[in-house]
Parts: sequence; structure tokens; C-alpha cells
Amino acid sequence: MPRPLTIEPNEKTILYTINLKTLFPVRRTLTEIFTRAPRRYVHAVDGISFMIEDGDIFGLAGESGCGKTTTGKTILRLVNPTSGVIGYRPRKQLLDAWRDMGYEPPIIDKFGSIDIAKIPGKYLKPLRREMQMIFQDPYGAFNPRYTVYQILEEPLIIHGIGETREERIDLVAKALEAVKLTPPEEFMHRHPHMLSGGQRQRVGIARALILRPRFIVADEPVSMLDVSIRAEILELMVEVKQRYNLTYLFITHDLAVSRYITNKIAIMYLGRIVEMGDTRRVLDNPLHPYTKALIEAVPDPDPKNRFRIREIPIKGEVPSAIDLPPGCRFHPRCIAFDQHPEIRKYCRTIEPPLIEVEKNHYVSCWLYGTPDEVMKLIKK
Amino acid sequence: MSEVLMRVEGLKTYFYTARGIVKAVDNVSFTLNRGEVLGLAGESGCGKSTTAYSIIRLVPPPGRIVGGRIVFEGQDILKMSSEEYRRKIRWKKISMIFQGAMNALNPVLSIGDQMAEVFMIHKGMSKKEALEESAKLLSMVGIDPKRLRSYPHELSGGMKQRVMIAMALALNPPLVIADEPTTALDVVVQAQVMNVLKKLQKEYKVSIILITHDLSLIAEIADKVAIMYAGKIVEFGTAEHIYLNPQHPYTRGLLASIPRIRGEIKKLEWIPGIPPDLVAPPRGCRFHPRCKYKFEPCDKEEPPMVEVEPGHYVACWLYAKR
Repeated sequence: MPRPLTIEPNEKTILYTINLKTLFPVRRTLTEIFTRAPRRYVHAVDGISFMIEDGDIFGLAGESGCGKTTTGKTILRLVNPTSGVIGYRPRKQLLDAWRDMGYEPPIIDKFGSIDIAKIPGKYLKPLRREMQMIFQDPYGAFNPRYTVYQILEEPLIIHGIGETREERIDLVAKALEAVKLTPPEEFMHRHPHMLSGGQRQRVGIARALILRPRFIVADEPVSMLDVSIRAEILELMVEVKQRYNLTYLFITHDLAVSRYITNKIAIMYLGRIVEMGDTRRVLDNPLHPYTKALIEAVPDPDPKNRFRIREIPIKGEVPSAIDLPPGCRFHPRCIAFDQHPEIRKYCRTIEPPLIEVEKNHYVSCWLYGTPDEVMKLIKK
Repeated sequence: MSEVLMRVEGLKTYFYTARGIVKAVDNVSFTLNRGEVLGLAGESGCGKSTTAYSIIRLVPPPGRIVGGRIVFEGQDILKMSSEEYRRKIRWKKISMIFQGAMNALNPVLSIGDQMAEVFMIHKGMSKKEALEESAKLLSMVGIDPKRLRSYPHELSGGMKQRVMIAMALALNPPLVIADEPTTALDVVVQAQVMNVLKKLQKEYKVSIILITHDLSLIAEIADKVAIMYAGKIVEFGTAEHIYLNPQHPYTRGLLASIPRIRGEIKKLEWIPGIPPDLVAPPRGCRFHPRCKYKFEPCDKEEPPMVEVEPGHYVACWLYAKR
């Protein structure tokens, strides 16, 4: 019988979220203010729970607007969460830095995790040394007037690493070597516009690496690059992950890329995780009707495809994240909803929780357990 | 028997920049039959979009078509005056779905107004007739004709893209050029847009040149495929030739670099290095600095196009006799 998802951190867990929500208030119109209509919200991240273990490449996939980037930014506190827990196991170095600042964060589990959601803003800076981000657009992520050296030196100066300029030059050179921009002297004095897209993304990776973080949020790191160099950047990311013991949250809309690089994956739809588990299980045997539709839509380089029309099992378009459909938020677009009249009453009224249908494979859909069965399990 | 619709012969389009002459399209030749879909693939900057802009004669300055012929339905369209081309060819015979179509629509005109314009200008219809025609077109691409009254910002990206497709098909041209028609669209919407293209292609027997860097997308629709590199076509053949029996090291590299959603997970390969600067392209074969099969003649002489099997052409010294 399927089990509902519970987040129970273990000794390998490095990051987890419990019911994380990030809502953005919508500006009220004058009429709304006069009629005292309640404030409305964009439900960008609407109650998601997942767990990442040390060394994972955890994929977060979905269409644009599903909340995957907001999730990544919330975990780094670039955006503040509305509610929920972001558990993170800090290194000793981070706890020491906080102690020096006179801050003692509350420990929330027996493995010494802290709740990032509750860290006051002024104590976030030391956290940045542990958690970094790689951005999608290597053209827009850098100050065009900085040289590569200045781009990579800036985080060192901010965090007070490297006493002298010589030391910093040495660290910058090492970071450039790590991302194979060699010889480093040749690249240090170039400006971003003098680099190719692939080289620029390498600088982006070097900037994330230079503070020796443990956890990196990579937001669509290869989607702006030509297909022919994507593989090279992906391989580089795997290589530096192994060399520096990193863990990635890999955000992408490209399921083929996530199948290649991630070991776990969560599929998001309108702010919720609809399916999650080991990447191969989820992508080779998708259970949620939405995941099935996404996978069916991915083209592959087979010339036979031109003789058929791809039937994508999905209806309509993504609704607004302000006025969410009641019940399962996917039901207005769901083909299974049409095919299974017996579960319709649940789909329309009750939001399905994530349940474990096979080992390490969770899905949130009433097709795999009616509310009575699921509620019984939750009570147990 | 397939009838030739367009023959591009030795097309050269250069950009005269302050840095020097950028040979964006340098001696490109191919043939397109009526009702056929040609996929034109290559990395960014390989000249695939410039080829398209040359065919529709909208090369932006400082670019200029400096050589070659484009014989379309028996006429060299490069010999026409721009006025004659505009009157006789553009949109009536050859139309284009532009890259980033979302931004190609006029934000202050309703969909109906801008679609009707095509009919009013080219066919001299009244506004009322033109709107009726536009409604037919919209339902053809799967959009509710009520949307004629909507403005671009009220439509989703996929719908805007389908409006652009509808506009390109408005005058029933025998050739439509689609330049990265699904970039920036989500996979589900991309698949829907490709389905619309496939259906229209079958129904109206229109020829399509699909330009994209995504070889998976080309496989969805193309009968023939041309692989471009640094301003030249390096391999040309049927979809089966290119996908099942690729010959040029560049084509092989491109295909080996695509992650797959189905089947076993193979280790991805990539093509080291970056495409050359087209102001001073490498001597000989332009791909030789990145090629793992490079041998003696590659950096000296340009390889000729050779036919390795019927209809399958490769420009590489591995196959050429010297």
C-alpha cells in the first residue's frame, strides 16, 4: 500500500524543505481596496517538501512559471519564504562564523540542521560562503565593465578571503583552472563580451566555486548555450562536483538534460511537486498524467517522428497562479480526469498529497490511492 | 516526380563591418523541391539565419548579398529590383515566421487588425472581407476566431506563435521559412506548434525551411537536412542519411551531444573549441581546428562536396578523392 511522503532527515541529508511556501502579493486595485476584497497572491511556491542528500544532483523540472526558479531563490533566501522550513546542515566553518558574530541559530533536528527560513537577514552573509548560485544567462549575470579577474575577486573581497592581492590572484587563477579556462592569465583580463557563451558560463561556475561552497543552485545553466557545448558544461559540472564534494539543486525545463545529469528529480506544476523520485524511475516510468504529457512532448532525433503527429495527453493552457483551480490544480488539464469518472469528485475538491507508489517514487494523484485510503495512512 | 521549387547556387552574403568582411554565408548551394521540408541546422553564428534572410531579401545592413543565384520557380529572385521582389515574391511566394515571434506582433493593434492588413494590402480586400479571411486562418491554426479582437498581450506565447504561422500562410505561399519558430516556448507548447506546422504542411503541400540549432526538432518534420558550419553547408541529405548515417565529423559530433529522453543513457560527446571568427576563417576546411580526424590536406585546401550515396553530400577530406 502506498505511503504518504514524510520528510525524515537522516545523516546524509544536507538540505530539506517542509511545506515551503513563497507567495507574492498582487497589487490591489482601487475597487478592491474600497470593497475590502482580500489581498490576492501569486502562489509561486505553494507548499513543497523534498530532501536532498550529500552529493545529489537534485533536479527541479517543469514549465516556465511553475515556481522552480523561485524555489531555488527561496532556498538561498534571495527571496523570502512566506512559511515553511528550509533545513540545512551547516559546516563547522559557518557555525563558527556565526558564533563570532554573536549569533547562535536554533538547531531543528538531531543532525544539527538549522532553519534557513528563520535566519535574520544580517546573518545571511556567512551562509553565502556555503550556498551559491549559477545563473541561466551568462550574458546578463556579470557586470560588463568588470574583467574576469574583477568578477571572481569580488566575492573574495566581500568575504574577506585572501589577505593580499597576490593571494587573491592565486585563488582566481585556481578557480579558472578548475573550470578549464587555461592558461588563467589569458582570461583574467578579458571582459565578458570577449568570451564565448560557453566560456562565460565557465566564469559563472568559477564564481560560484571560488568561495568553496557545499551547495549550489544551478538555474538552467545550459539552456542558453548551443547544443554542441552543453555536454561539455554538464560534464564540467559533474567533474567539479566530485572534486569539491558539492551538492546541486539543478533547475531545468529540459527533461532530457535532467535525465542525463540528475540522480533525483521533482516535477513541478503551478507551485507544487506532482511527482518526485529517482530520476530514472520518474522519467522512464512516469505516473502523474502531467509528467506523462511533458515526456511525450520532448522531441528526439529520430527521423521517423516526421510521419506522425505527437499526441500530447494534456488539455488547454497553464492557468494563472493567482486563482488556482480547486482540488488538484492539474485537473482542468488532465486527461486521466476525463477517463476516470470514479475519482473526479476527489480531483475537483481535495488536493492530492505526494504518496510513495514504489520505492523512492512519489506521485500526487488520486489515481494511485483514494482519499480514504490515503487519510488512513496519514493517521497511522 | 518531385518538382524543383527553389535552387540556391553559390549564395554569398557578407557583412561589411568595421572589423572587416564577415563571410556569414559563403558559397551555399542547395535544392528544395515543392512540398518538401528542409531543416537547416548549425550552431549560433553559422549563417543559417542569414541564409534565410537572404532568401527573403531582408539582410540587415551592413550585410549584402554579394554573389550567387536563387532560382525560385524558374526566376532568379536576386536579379529582381527590391520593389519587384516586394510586389511579386515576398509573402505571396515566400513568407517567413520570424525568430522571437512573440515580439514581432504589434502590441497596439488587435490580432484581427494586423492579420487583416495582409489581405487588404496584398489582395485589396475590404476590411470586412479581410477579417473573415483572418478568422478562417485562425481556426486553421487551432485558435478560436473570437481572438481576433484580442491584443497580443492577452495571448499566451504559443498562441502568438500560431498567429505568426497563420500570418505567414495567409497568401498561400509555396515556401515558408521558419526561423527558430519554437525558441522560448515550453515543450508542450512547442510540440503543439510543431503539430500545427506538420498538419498545415501535409494539407497545403507547402515547402518549409526550418531553421534551428535543435536537431531533435528538425527530426520532427524535415525530409531533408542541411548542416551548416561557419557559413558553409558541410553535409546535406535526407533525414535518414543525416540521422542514421551521418558522415561529416561535425554532424556526428552534433548528434552525439544531444541528451535523449528515451532509451539507454549514452555518455555525451561534445565538439571542443568554438566556431571560428568569420572575418578570418581558417584556411582549408573551416572545421579542421575542432576536428578529431584532421589529417594532412585539411588545413590546406577546402574539401569539395562529394556524393557519398545517392542524394547524400559531404564536404570532408575523409570522403573526397584528391
